[in-house]
Amino acid sequence: MNHLTKVQRKRRALRVLGDVYAVLIYTVLYIPVAVMMIFSFNNQRYNYYWNGFTTQWYEKLFNNSAIIDSLWYSVIIAVLSTVISVVVGTLGALGLKRYEFRGKKLVNSMLYIPIIVPEIVLAVALLIIFMTFGFSLGMGSILIGHCTFCIPYAVVTIKGRISGDGNSLEEASMDLGANRMQTFFRVTLPSIMPGVMSAAFLAFTLSIDDVVMSNMLAGAKNSTLPVLILSMNKSGITPDVNALTTLMILAIVAAMLLSGGVKALLARRAKRLEAE
Amino acid sequence: MSGKTKAKRPGPGMRRRNLRRNTLPALAQAGPVSVWMIVFVTLPTLFIIYISFMSRGVFGDVVYEFSLESYQTLLDATYFKVILKSLRVAVFTTMACLVIGYPFAYYIARKPREQASRLIMLIMIPFWTNSLMRLNSWLLLFQTSGPVNNFLQWAGLTDSPITFIYTDGLVALGMVTNMLPFAVLPLYSTIEKLEKSLLEASSDLGASPAKTFMRITLPLTFPGIFSAIILTFIPALGIYTVSDILGGGKVLYIGNIIKNQFGQIRNWPLGAALSVLLLAITALLIFIYTRFAKLEDMEVV
Repeated sequence: MNHLTKVQRKRRALRVLGDVYAVLIYTVLYIPVAVMMIFSFNNQRYNYYWNGFTTQWYEKLFNNSAIIDSLWYSVIIAVLSTVISVVVGTLGALGLKRYEFRGKKLVNSMLYIPIIVPEIVLAVALLIIFMTFGFSLGMGSILIGHCTFCIPYAVVTIKGRISGDGNSLEEASMDLGANRMQTFFRVTLPSIMPGVMSAAFLAFTLSIDDVVMSNMLAGAKNSTLPVLILSMNKSGITPDVNALTTLMILAIVAAMLLSGGVKALLARRAKRLEAE
Repeated sequence: MSGKTKAKRPGPGMRRRNLRRNTLPALAQAGPVSVWMIVFVTLPTLFIIYISFMSRGVFGDVVYEFSLESYQTLLDATYFKVILKSLRVAVFTTMACLVIGYPFAYYIARKPREQASRLIMLIMIPFWTNSLMRLNSWLLLFQTSGPVNNFLQWAGLTDSPITFIYTDGLVALGMVTNMLPFAVLPLYSTIEKLEKSLLEASSDLGASPAKTFMRITLPLTFPGIFSAIILTFIPALGIYTVSDILGGGKVLYIGNIIKNQFGQIRNWPLGAALSVLLLAITALLIFIYTRFAKLEDMEVV
Protein backbone atom coordinates (compact mmCIF):
# COMPACT_ATOMS: atom_id res chain seq x y z
CA MET A 1 0.00 0.00 0.00
CA ASN A 2 2.68 2.34 1.09
CA HIS A 3 4.81 1.22 -1.84
CA LEU A 4 1.99 1.96 -4.29
CA THR A 5 1.53 5.51 -3.10
CA LYS A 6 5.25 5.97 -3.35
CA VAL A 7 5.15 4.95 -7.02
CA GLN A 8 2.13 7.15 -7.58
CA ARG A 9 3.83 10.08 -5.92
CA LYS A 10 6.87 9.55 -8.10
CA ARG A 11 4.70 9.43 -11.23
CA ARG A 12 2.95 12.63 -10.29
CA ALA A 13 6.24 14.37 -9.58
CA LEU A 14 7.48 13.28 -13.01
CA ARG A 15 4.33 14.56 -14.66
CA VAL A 16 4.65 17.96 -12.98
CA LEU A 17 8.31 18.06 -13.96
CA GLY A 18 7.33 17.35 -17.57
CA ASP A 19 4.74 20.13 -17.56
CA VAL A 20 7.23 22.62 -16.14
CA TYR A 21 9.80 21.60 -18.73
CA ALA A 22 7.34 22.00 -21.60
CA VAL A 23 6.18 25.41 -20.38
CA LEU A 24 9.82 26.48 -20.16
CA ILE A 25 10.53 25.47 -23.76
CA TYR A 26 7.38 27.09 -25.10
CA THR A 27 8.37 30.25 -23.23
CA VAL A 28 11.76 30.31 -24.93
CA LEU A 29 10.14 29.70 -28.33
CA TYR A 30 7.59 32.48 -27.84
CA ILE A 31 9.90 35.09 -26.23
CA PRO A 32 11.25 36.34 -29.58
CA VAL A 33 7.73 36.71 -30.98
CA ALA A 34 6.53 38.56 -27.88
CA VAL A 35 9.57 40.86 -27.87
CA MET A 36 9.06 41.59 -31.56
CA MET A 37 5.46 42.59 -30.88
CA ILE A 38 6.22 44.65 -27.78
CA PHE A 39 8.96 46.63 -29.50
CA SER A 40 6.57 47.57 -32.32
CA PHE A 41 4.99 49.90 -29.76
CA ASN A 42 8.29 51.46 -28.71
CA ASN A 43 8.43 55.25 -28.87
CA GLN A 44 11.90 55.54 -30.40
CA ARG A 45 13.30 55.93 -33.91
CA TYR A 46 15.61 52.94 -33.43
CA ASN A 47 14.98 50.17 -30.94
CA TYR A 48 17.70 50.71 -28.30
CA TYR A 49 15.68 50.48 -25.13
CA TRP A 50 12.05 50.77 -24.09
CA ASN A 51 11.07 54.42 -24.35
CA GLY A 52 7.33 54.47 -23.74
CA PHE A 53 4.23 53.30 -25.56
CA THR A 54 3.14 54.56 -28.96
CA THR A 55 1.07 53.28 -31.88
CA GLN A 56 2.63 55.74 -34.31
CA TRP A 57 4.62 53.05 -36.18
CA TYR A 58 1.44 51.35 -37.30
CA GLU A 59 0.37 54.59 -38.99
CA LYS A 60 3.81 55.60 -40.30
CA LEU A 61 4.35 52.12 -41.67
CA PHE A 62 1.98 52.77 -44.55
CA ASN A 63 3.89 55.91 -45.52
CA ASN A 64 7.21 54.10 -45.65
CA SER A 65 7.16 53.23 -49.33
CA ALA A 66 10.37 51.17 -49.27
CA ILE A 67 8.93 48.73 -46.75
CA ILE A 68 5.50 48.55 -48.38
CA ASP A 69 7.03 48.08 -51.85
CA SER A 70 9.19 45.21 -50.65
CA LEU A 71 6.19 43.68 -48.88
CA TRP A 72 4.19 43.63 -52.14
CA TYR A 73 7.19 42.25 -53.99
CA SER A 74 7.41 39.46 -51.39
CA VAL A 75 3.67 38.77 -51.48
CA ILE A 76 3.55 38.58 -55.29
CA ILE A 77 6.51 36.20 -55.34
CA ALA A 78 5.02 34.11 -52.53
CA VAL A 79 1.63 33.81 -54.27
CA LEU A 80 3.19 32.92 -57.63
CA SER A 81 5.59 30.38 -56.19
CA THR A 82 2.75 28.85 -54.14
CA VAL A 83 0.59 28.43 -57.26
CA ILE A 84 3.43 27.03 -59.37
CA SER A 85 4.74 24.66 -56.73
CA VAL A 86 1.28 23.40 -55.77
CA VAL A 87 0.37 22.66 -59.41
CA VAL A 88 3.70 21.03 -60.22
CA GLY A 89 3.80 19.35 -56.80
CA THR A 90 0.28 17.89 -56.99
CA LEU A 91 0.83 16.45 -60.45
CA GLY A 92 4.27 15.24 -59.43
CA ALA A 93 3.05 13.56 -56.26
CA LEU A 94 0.32 11.72 -58.22
CA GLY A 95 2.70 10.73 -60.99
CA LEU A 96 5.43 9.54 -58.64
CA LYS A 97 2.97 7.57 -56.51
CA ARG A 98 0.94 5.91 -59.27
CA TYR A 99 3.21 5.19 -62.18
CA GLU A 100 6.33 3.16 -62.56
CA PHE A 101 8.90 4.55 -64.93
CA ARG A 102 12.61 4.52 -65.47
CA GLY A 103 14.41 7.17 -63.41
CA LYS A 104 11.61 7.38 -60.84
CA LYS A 105 13.96 6.53 -58.02
CA LEU A 106 16.36 9.20 -59.22
CA VAL A 107 13.64 11.88 -59.27
CA ASN A 108 12.57 10.79 -55.78
CA SER A 109 16.10 11.28 -54.47
CA MET A 110 16.58 14.56 -56.32
CA LEU A 111 13.59 15.92 -54.42
CA TYR A 112 15.51 15.59 -51.18
CA ILE A 113 18.45 17.71 -52.36
CA PRO A 114 16.70 21.09 -51.87
CA ILE A 115 15.15 19.88 -48.61
CA ILE A 116 18.36 18.70 -46.97
CA VAL A 117 21.30 20.50 -48.60
CA PRO A 118 21.97 23.93 -47.00
CA GLU A 119 20.00 26.58 -48.86
CA ILE A 120 23.08 28.72 -49.54
CA VAL A 121 24.56 25.94 -51.69
CA LEU A 122 21.51 25.74 -53.92
CA ALA A 123 21.24 29.53 -54.08
CA VAL A 124 24.86 29.86 -55.16
CA ALA A 125 24.50 27.02 -57.66
CA LEU A 126 21.47 28.70 -59.25
CA LEU A 127 23.26 32.06 -59.27
CA ILE A 128 26.23 30.57 -61.15
CA ILE A 129 23.89 28.95 -63.70
CA PHE A 130 21.91 32.17 -64.23
CA MET A 131 25.00 34.35 -64.56
CA THR A 132 26.83 31.90 -66.83
CA PHE A 133 23.89 31.57 -69.21
CA GLY A 134 23.04 35.28 -69.18
CA PHE A 135 19.70 35.02 -67.37
CA SER A 136 19.14 38.43 -65.79
CA LEU A 137 18.41 38.53 -62.07
CA GLY A 138 15.10 39.84 -60.77
CA MET A 139 11.66 38.54 -59.95
CA GLY A 140 12.02 35.63 -62.38
CA SER A 141 15.21 34.31 -60.80
CA ILE A 142 13.85 34.66 -57.25
CA LEU A 143 10.67 32.90 -58.32
CA ILE A 144 12.62 29.98 -59.80
CA GLY A 145 14.72 29.79 -56.63
CA HIS A 146 11.67 29.71 -54.36
CA CYS A 147 9.86 27.14 -56.48
CA THR A 148 12.95 24.97 -56.44
CA PHE A 149 12.67 24.45 -52.68
CA CYS A 150 8.85 24.73 -52.48
CA ILE A 151 8.11 22.03 -55.08
CA PRO A 152 9.91 19.23 -53.18
CA TYR A 153 8.11 20.15 -49.95
CA ALA A 154 4.80 20.21 -51.84
CA VAL A 155 5.46 16.79 -53.41
CA VAL A 156 6.45 15.22 -50.08
CA THR A 157 3.46 16.76 -48.25
CA ILE A 158 0.92 15.70 -50.89
CA LYS A 159 2.43 12.26 -51.46
CA GLY A 160 1.88 11.52 -47.80
CA ARG A 161 -1.86 12.13 -48.24
CA ILE A 162 -2.40 9.93 -51.31
CA SER A 163 -3.88 6.64 -50.19
CA GLY A 164 -1.92 3.55 -51.04
CA ASP A 165 -4.94 1.57 -52.31
CA GLY A 166 -4.35 2.39 -55.95
CA ASN A 167 -6.73 4.26 -58.19
CA SER A 168 -9.87 2.12 -57.98
CA LEU A 169 -12.09 5.17 -57.46
CA GLU A 170 -10.67 6.85 -60.53
CA GLU A 171 -11.08 3.69 -62.58
CA ALA A 172 -14.70 3.50 -61.45
CA SER A 173 -15.22 7.12 -62.45
CA MET A 174 -13.74 6.51 -65.90
CA ASP A 175 -15.73 3.29 -66.36
CA LEU A 176 -18.87 5.30 -65.62
CA GLY A 177 -18.03 7.59 -68.53
CA ALA A 178 -16.17 10.53 -66.98
CA ASN A 179 -13.17 11.70 -68.95
CA ARG A 180 -9.71 12.21 -67.51
CA MET A 181 -10.27 15.89 -66.67
CA GLN A 182 -13.62 15.29 -64.97
CA THR A 183 -12.12 12.42 -63.03
CA PHE A 184 -9.21 14.55 -61.88
CA PHE A 185 -11.32 17.49 -60.68
CA ARG A 186 -14.27 15.50 -59.30
CA VAL A 187 -12.57 12.45 -57.79
CA THR A 188 -8.79 12.74 -57.46
CA LEU A 189 -8.42 16.35 -56.35
CA PRO A 190 -11.10 16.29 -53.60
CA SER A 191 -9.53 13.17 -52.11
CA ILE A 192 -6.09 14.79 -51.76
CA MET A 193 -7.36 18.31 -50.98
CA PRO A 194 -6.12 18.39 -47.35
CA GLY A 195 -2.61 17.58 -48.55
CA VAL A 196 -2.81 20.20 -51.29
CA MET A 197 -3.95 22.83 -48.79
CA SER A 198 -1.15 22.15 -46.34
CA ALA A 199 1.35 22.13 -49.21
CA ALA A 200 0.07 25.55 -50.29
CA PHE A 201 0.34 26.91 -46.76
CA LEU A 202 3.86 25.51 -46.39
CA ALA A 203 4.99 26.91 -49.75
CA PHE A 204 3.59 30.34 -48.96
CA THR A 205 5.24 30.57 -45.53
CA LEU A 206 8.57 29.23 -46.87
CA SER A 207 8.59 31.73 -49.72
CA ILE A 208 7.52 34.81 -47.81
CA ASP A 209 10.12 34.22 -45.07
CA ASP A 210 12.99 33.27 -47.36
CA VAL A 211 16.20 35.28 -47.05
CA VAL A 212 19.03 33.21 -48.47
CA MET A 213 17.66 32.44 -51.92
CA SER A 214 16.15 35.92 -52.41
CA ASN A 215 19.31 37.68 -51.24
CA MET A 216 21.48 35.72 -53.68
CA LEU A 217 19.15 35.88 -56.68
CA ALA A 218 17.73 39.42 -56.33
CA GLY A 219 18.34 41.99 -59.03
CA ALA A 220 19.67 45.44 -58.27
CA LYS A 221 16.27 47.15 -58.28
CA ASN A 222 13.78 45.43 -56.02
CA SER A 223 14.21 43.39 -52.88
CA THR A 224 11.87 41.19 -50.87
CA LEU A 225 10.96 42.18 -47.33
CA PRO A 226 13.36 39.72 -45.62
CA VAL A 227 16.23 40.94 -47.81
CA LEU A 228 15.38 44.54 -46.91
CA ILE A 229 15.35 43.60 -43.21
CA LEU A 230 18.73 41.90 -43.56
CA SER A 231 20.18 45.03 -45.15
CA MET A 232 18.70 47.20 -42.38
CA ASN A 233 20.46 45.05 -39.81
CA LYS A 234 23.68 47.06 -39.97
CA SER A 235 22.02 50.35 -39.05
CA GLY A 236 19.40 48.80 -36.80
CA ILE A 237 15.95 47.50 -37.58
CA THR A 238 13.34 50.20 -37.04
CA PRO A 239 10.12 49.70 -35.02
CA ASP A 240 7.91 50.10 -38.10
CA VAL A 241 9.31 46.80 -39.38
CA ASN A 242 8.31 45.27 -36.04
CA ALA A 243 4.84 46.66 -36.61
CA LEU A 244 4.63 45.18 -40.10
CA THR A 245 5.85 41.71 -39.11
CA THR A 246 3.47 41.77 -36.13
CA LEU A 247 0.56 42.41 -38.50
CA MET A 248 1.85 39.65 -40.80
CA ILE A 249 2.02 36.94 -38.14
CA LEU A 250 -1.44 37.94 -36.89
CA ALA A 251 -2.76 37.63 -40.46
CA ILE A 252 -1.14 34.22 -40.94
CA VAL A 253 -2.51 32.88 -37.64
CA ALA A 254 -5.95 34.32 -38.44
CA ALA A 255 -5.89 32.62 -41.85
CA MET A 256 -4.89 29.35 -40.13
CA LEU A 257 -7.72 29.56 -37.61
CA LEU A 258 -10.20 30.53 -40.33
CA SER A 259 -9.25 27.61 -42.57
CA GLY A 260 -9.46 25.30 -39.54
CA GLY A 261 -12.92 26.65 -38.79
CA VAL A 262 -14.08 26.23 -42.39
CA LYS A 263 -12.71 22.69 -42.42
CA ALA A 264 -14.60 21.82 -39.23
CA LEU A 265 -17.77 23.38 -40.64
CA LEU A 266 -17.49 21.41 -43.88
CA ALA A 267 -16.85 18.20 -41.97
CA ARG A 268 -19.95 18.78 -39.83
CA ARG A 269 -22.02 19.53 -42.91
CA ALA A 270 -20.80 16.39 -44.64
CA LYS A 271 -21.70 14.34 -41.59
CA ARG A 272 -25.20 15.83 -41.52
CA LEU A 273 -25.71 15.12 -45.22
CA GLU A 274 -24.58 11.56 -44.66
CA ALA A 275 -27.07 11.17 -41.81
CA GLU A 276 -29.89 12.28 -44.09
CA MET B 1 -0.47 -0.96 -63.77
CA SER B 2 2.31 -1.08 -66.29
CA GLY B 3 3.28 -4.44 -64.84
CA LYS B 4 -0.04 -5.88 -66.01
CA THR B 5 0.51 -4.86 -69.59
CA LYS B 6 4.11 -5.94 -69.52
CA ALA B 7 3.12 -9.52 -68.69
CA LYS B 8 1.59 -10.09 -72.13
CA ARG B 9 3.68 -9.37 -75.15
CA PRO B 10 2.20 -6.10 -76.36
CA GLY B 11 0.97 -5.99 -79.96
CA PRO B 12 0.85 -2.67 -81.81
CA GLY B 13 -2.73 -1.97 -80.67
CA MET B 14 -1.84 -2.81 -77.12
CA ARG B 15 1.18 -0.58 -77.28
CA ARG B 16 -0.90 2.36 -78.46
CA ARG B 17 -3.42 1.69 -75.70
CA ASN B 18 -0.62 1.53 -73.17
CA LEU B 19 0.69 4.84 -74.46
CA ARG B 20 -2.71 6.45 -73.96
CA ARG B 21 -3.48 4.79 -70.66
CA ASN B 22 -0.13 4.93 -68.96
CA THR B 23 2.72 6.66 -70.71
CA LEU B 24 1.03 9.97 -71.52
CA PRO B 25 -0.55 10.53 -68.07
CA ALA B 26 2.67 9.49 -66.38
CA LEU B 27 4.57 11.96 -68.52
CA ALA B 28 2.05 14.74 -67.90
CA GLN B 29 2.10 14.19 -64.14
CA ALA B 30 5.66 13.28 -63.31
CA GLY B 31 7.17 15.20 -66.21
CA PRO B 32 7.13 18.79 -64.90
CA VAL B 33 8.59 17.92 -61.51
CA SER B 34 11.29 15.74 -63.09
CA VAL B 35 12.29 18.42 -65.57
CA TRP B 36 12.32 21.09 -62.85
CA MET B 37 14.52 18.99 -60.59
CA ILE B 38 16.95 18.13 -63.38
CA VAL B 39 17.24 21.69 -64.71
CA PHE B 40 17.25 23.65 -61.45
CA VAL B 41 18.72 21.18 -58.94
CA THR B 42 20.86 18.51 -60.57
CA LEU B 43 22.47 20.58 -63.32
CA PRO B 44 23.34 23.54 -61.03
CA THR B 45 24.73 21.11 -58.45
CA LEU B 46 26.92 19.42 -61.04
CA PHE B 47 27.96 22.78 -62.42
CA ILE B 48 29.04 24.09 -59.02
CA ILE B 49 31.25 21.02 -58.58
CA TYR B 50 32.76 21.79 -61.99
CA ILE B 51 33.35 25.46 -61.11
CA SER B 52 35.07 24.50 -57.87
CA PHE B 53 37.86 22.93 -59.95
CA MET B 54 38.35 26.03 -62.07
CA SER B 55 40.59 28.97 -61.21
CA ARG B 56 39.95 32.60 -60.44
CA GLY B 57 40.90 35.34 -62.87
CA VAL B 58 42.50 38.64 -61.91
CA PHE B 59 39.22 40.51 -62.01
CA GLY B 60 37.28 37.94 -60.06
CA ASP B 61 36.09 36.16 -63.15
CA VAL B 62 36.17 32.39 -63.59
CA VAL B 63 39.01 31.10 -65.73
CA TYR B 64 38.06 27.73 -67.19
CA GLU B 65 41.29 25.92 -66.46
CA PHE B 66 41.52 22.96 -64.18
CA SER B 67 43.08 23.73 -60.82
CA LEU B 68 42.96 22.59 -57.23
CA GLU B 69 43.74 26.11 -56.06
CA SER B 70 40.40 26.61 -54.28
CA TYR B 71 40.68 23.38 -52.35
CA GLN B 72 44.21 24.27 -51.31
CA THR B 73 42.95 27.65 -50.13
CA LEU B 74 40.46 25.85 -47.87
CA LEU B 75 43.42 24.35 -46.04
CA ASP B 76 44.88 27.81 -45.35
CA ALA B 77 44.86 28.64 -41.67
CA THR B 78 42.23 31.41 -41.96
CA TYR B 79 39.68 29.33 -43.87
CA PHE B 80 40.44 26.10 -42.08
CA LYS B 81 39.79 27.83 -38.77
CA VAL B 82 36.39 29.02 -40.00
CA ILE B 83 35.52 25.52 -41.18
CA LEU B 84 36.48 24.02 -37.81
CA LYS B 85 34.58 26.73 -35.96
CA SER B 86 31.47 26.14 -38.08
CA LEU B 87 31.67 22.41 -37.48
CA ARG B 88 32.02 23.02 -33.74
CA VAL B 89 29.00 25.32 -33.60
CA ALA B 90 26.94 22.92 -35.73
CA VAL B 91 27.88 19.99 -33.47
CA PHE B 92 27.02 22.03 -30.37
CA THR B 93 23.68 23.12 -31.88
CA THR B 94 22.82 19.55 -32.84
CA MET B 95 23.73 18.14 -29.41
CA ALA B 96 21.79 20.87 -27.61
CA CYS B 97 18.74 20.34 -29.83
CA LEU B 98 18.84 16.59 -29.19
CA VAL B 99 19.32 16.88 -25.44
CA ILE B 100 16.64 19.56 -25.08
CA GLY B 101 14.36 18.19 -27.79
CA TYR B 102 14.24 14.49 -26.88
CA PRO B 103 12.51 14.84 -23.49
CA PHE B 104 10.25 17.49 -24.99
CA ALA B 105 9.28 15.21 -27.90
CA TYR B 106 8.78 12.36 -25.42
CA TYR B 107 6.50 14.56 -23.32
CA ILE B 108 4.36 15.45 -26.36
CA ALA B 109 4.30 11.87 -27.68
CA ARG B 110 2.84 10.63 -24.39
CA LYS B 111 -0.17 12.97 -24.67
CA PRO B 112 -3.41 11.86 -26.37
CA ARG B 113 -3.37 12.28 -30.17
CA GLU B 114 -5.55 15.37 -30.31
CA GLN B 115 -3.64 17.20 -27.61
CA ALA B 116 -0.29 16.18 -29.09
CA SER B 117 -1.11 17.62 -32.52
CA ARG B 118 -2.17 20.83 -30.84
CA LEU B 119 1.13 20.99 -28.94
CA ILE B 120 3.02 20.41 -32.21
CA MET B 121 1.04 23.23 -33.82
CA LEU B 122 2.05 25.43 -30.90
CA ILE B 123 5.71 24.77 -31.76
CA MET B 124 5.19 25.73 -35.39
CA ILE B 125 3.39 29.06 -34.88
CA PRO B 126 6.46 31.11 -33.80
CA PHE B 127 8.24 29.88 -36.92
CA TRP B 128 5.74 31.58 -39.19
CA THR B 129 7.04 34.92 -37.97
CA ASN B 130 9.87 36.40 -39.95
CA SER B 131 13.02 34.55 -38.87
CA LEU B 132 15.22 37.67 -38.99
CA MET B 133 12.84 39.55 -36.69
CA ARG B 134 12.87 36.66 -34.21
CA LEU B 135 16.66 36.83 -34.20
CA ASN B 136 16.52 40.60 -33.87
CA SER B 137 14.41 40.13 -30.73
CA TRP B 138 17.28 38.34 -29.01
CA LEU B 139 19.45 41.32 -29.92
CA LEU B 140 16.90 43.74 -28.43
CA LEU B 141 16.71 41.68 -25.25
CA PHE B 142 20.43 41.31 -24.74
CA GLN B 143 21.76 44.65 -26.00
CA THR B 144 23.71 46.94 -23.68
CA SER B 145 20.71 48.98 -22.57
CA GLY B 146 18.27 46.12 -23.05
CA PRO B 147 15.97 44.43 -20.53
CA VAL B 148 18.38 41.63 -19.57
CA ASN B 149 21.22 43.99 -18.73
CA ASN B 150 18.82 46.34 -16.93
CA PHE B 151 17.55 43.46 -14.84
CA LEU B 152 21.04 42.23 -13.99
CA GLN B 153 22.07 45.71 -12.87
CA TRP B 154 18.84 46.27 -10.96
CA ALA B 155 19.30 42.97 -9.16
CA GLY B 156 22.85 43.99 -8.32
CA LEU B 157 24.34 41.00 -10.14
CA THR B 158 26.61 43.22 -12.17
CA ASP B 159 27.83 46.80 -11.92
CA SER B 160 28.29 47.59 -15.58
CA PRO B 161 26.36 46.13 -18.53
CA ILE B 162 27.64 42.84 -19.88
CA THR B 163 28.37 42.57 -23.60
CA PHE B 164 26.18 39.75 -24.85
CA ILE B 165 25.60 40.88 -28.40
CA TYR B 166 27.92 39.97 -31.25
CA THR B 167 29.37 37.10 -29.24
CA ASP B 168 29.57 33.41 -30.07
CA GLY B 169 27.35 32.68 -27.08
CA LEU B 170 24.40 34.70 -28.39
CA VAL B 171 24.89 33.18 -31.86
CA ALA B 172 24.71 29.74 -30.26
CA LEU B 173 21.48 30.69 -28.47
CA GLY B 174 20.02 31.89 -31.78
CA MET B 175 21.11 28.67 -33.50
CA VAL B 176 19.54 26.39 -30.90
CA THR B 177 16.23 28.26 -30.71
CA ASN B 178 16.10 28.36 -34.51
CA MET B 179 16.80 24.66 -35.03
CA LEU B 180 14.92 23.09 -32.13
CA PRO B 181 11.66 22.33 -34.02
CA PHE B 182 13.57 20.49 -36.75
CA ALA B 183 14.84 18.13 -34.06
CA VAL B 184 11.57 17.84 -32.14
CA LEU B 185 9.34 16.92 -35.10
CA PRO B 186 11.22 13.80 -36.30
CA LEU B 187 11.87 12.74 -32.69
CA TYR B 188 8.18 13.10 -31.86
CA SER B 189 7.06 11.00 -34.80
CA THR B 190 9.35 8.06 -33.96
CA ILE B 191 8.63 8.16 -30.23
CA GLU B 192 4.92 8.28 -31.00
CA LYS B 193 5.18 5.11 -33.09
CA LEU B 194 6.93 3.27 -30.25
CA GLU B 195 4.98 0.22 -29.04
CA LYS B 196 3.98 0.84 -25.46
CA SER B 197 3.69 -2.93 -24.87
CA LEU B 198 7.45 -3.30 -25.38
CA LEU B 199 8.18 -0.82 -22.61
CA GLU B 200 5.68 -2.54 -20.33
CA ALA B 201 7.19 -5.94 -21.11
CA SER B 202 10.62 -4.63 -20.31
CA SER B 203 9.58 -3.24 -16.94
CA ASP B 204 7.50 -6.36 -16.17
CA LEU B 205 10.61 -8.43 -16.73
CA GLY B 206 12.32 -6.37 -14.07
CA ALA B 207 14.28 -3.74 -16.01
CA SER B 208 14.65 -0.40 -14.33
CA PRO B 209 13.29 2.65 -16.20
CA ALA B 210 16.84 3.71 -17.04
CA LYS B 211 17.62 0.27 -18.45
CA THR B 212 14.37 0.18 -20.42
CA PHE B 213 15.24 3.55 -21.91
CA MET B 214 18.78 2.55 -22.84
CA ARG B 215 17.93 -0.91 -24.18
CA ILE B 216 14.48 -0.38 -25.77
CA THR B 217 13.47 3.24 -26.26
CA LEU B 218 16.78 4.63 -27.47
CA PRO B 219 17.56 1.92 -30.07
CA LEU B 220 14.01 1.89 -31.43
CA THR B 221 13.90 5.66 -31.83
CA PHE B 222 17.36 5.81 -33.39
CA PRO B 223 16.11 6.54 -36.94
CA GLY B 224 14.30 9.58 -35.55
CA ILE B 225 17.41 10.66 -33.67
CA PHE B 226 19.49 10.40 -36.83
CA SER B 227 16.94 12.37 -38.88
CA ALA B 228 17.00 15.00 -36.16
CA ILE B 229 20.79 15.09 -36.42
CA ILE B 230 20.65 15.53 -40.21
CA LEU B 231 17.90 18.15 -40.08
CA THR B 232 19.70 20.29 -37.50
CA PHE B 233 23.38 19.69 -38.23
CA ILE B 234 23.33 20.37 -41.97
CA PRO B 235 21.31 23.61 -41.89
CA ALA B 236 23.33 24.79 -38.88
CA LEU B 237 26.50 24.27 -40.91
CA GLY B 238 25.30 26.41 -43.81
CA ILE B 239 23.16 29.11 -42.20
CA TYR B 240 24.51 32.65 -42.24
CA THR B 241 21.59 34.76 -41.08
CA VAL B 242 22.04 33.89 -37.41
CA SER B 243 25.70 34.89 -37.39
CA ASP B 244 24.91 37.97 -39.52
CA ILE B 245 22.27 39.29 -37.13
CA LEU B 246 23.50 38.09 -33.73
CA GLY B 247 27.20 38.08 -34.61
CA GLY B 248 27.07 41.52 -36.25
CA GLY B 249 29.55 40.56 -38.95
CA LYS B 250 32.20 39.72 -36.36
CA VAL B 251 31.26 36.05 -36.21
CA LEU B 252 31.93 34.28 -39.51
CA TYR B 253 30.89 30.76 -40.46
CA ILE B 254 31.08 28.76 -43.70
CA GLY B 255 27.76 30.23 -44.89
CA ASN B 256 29.03 33.80 -44.48
CA ILE B 257 32.24 32.98 -46.35
CA ILE B 258 30.35 31.38 -49.24
CA LYS B 259 28.01 34.36 -49.46
CA ASN B 260 30.93 36.79 -49.48
CA GLN B 261 32.65 34.97 -52.38
CA PHE B 262 29.64 35.81 -54.50
CA GLY B 263 29.43 39.38 -53.27
CA GLN B 264 32.23 41.92 -53.10
CA ILE B 265 35.12 39.47 -52.84
CA ARG B 266 34.13 37.66 -56.05
CA ASN B 267 35.93 34.37 -55.87
CA TRP B 268 33.44 31.93 -57.31
CA PRO B 269 35.73 28.85 -57.40
CA LEU B 270 36.48 29.28 -53.69
CA GLY B 271 32.78 29.73 -52.85
CA ALA B 272 32.03 26.71 -55.02
CA ALA B 273 34.67 24.63 -53.25
CA LEU B 274 33.17 25.50 -49.85
CA SER B 275 29.73 24.59 -51.22
CA VAL B 276 31.11 21.27 -52.42
CA LEU B 277 32.45 20.68 -48.92
CA LEU B 278 28.93 21.17 -47.54
CA LEU B 279 27.53 18.90 -50.25
CA ALA B 280 30.06 16.20 -49.38
CA ILE B 281 29.22 16.34 -45.67
CA THR B 282 25.50 16.18 -46.51
CA ALA B 283 26.02 13.24 -48.85
CA LEU B 284 28.01 11.37 -46.23
CA LEU B 285 25.32 11.77 -43.57
CA ILE B 286 22.55 10.81 -46.00
CA PHE B 287 24.57 7.75 -47.07
CA ILE B 288 24.84 6.63 -43.43
CA TYR B 289 21.13 7.28 -42.92
CA THR B 290 20.08 5.18 -45.90
CA ARG B 291 22.03 2.22 -44.48
CA PHE B 292 19.38 1.71 -41.80
CA ALA B 293 16.33 3.72 -42.88
CA LYS B 294 14.54 4.89 -45.98
CA LEU B 295 14.99 8.48 -47.14
CA GLU B 296 11.24 8.67 -47.78
CA ASP B 297 10.54 7.93 -44.11
CA MET B 298 12.49 10.95 -42.94
CA GLU B 299 10.05 13.42 -41.42
CA VAL B 300 11.05 16.59 -43.17
CA VAL B 301 7.82 18.54 -43.06
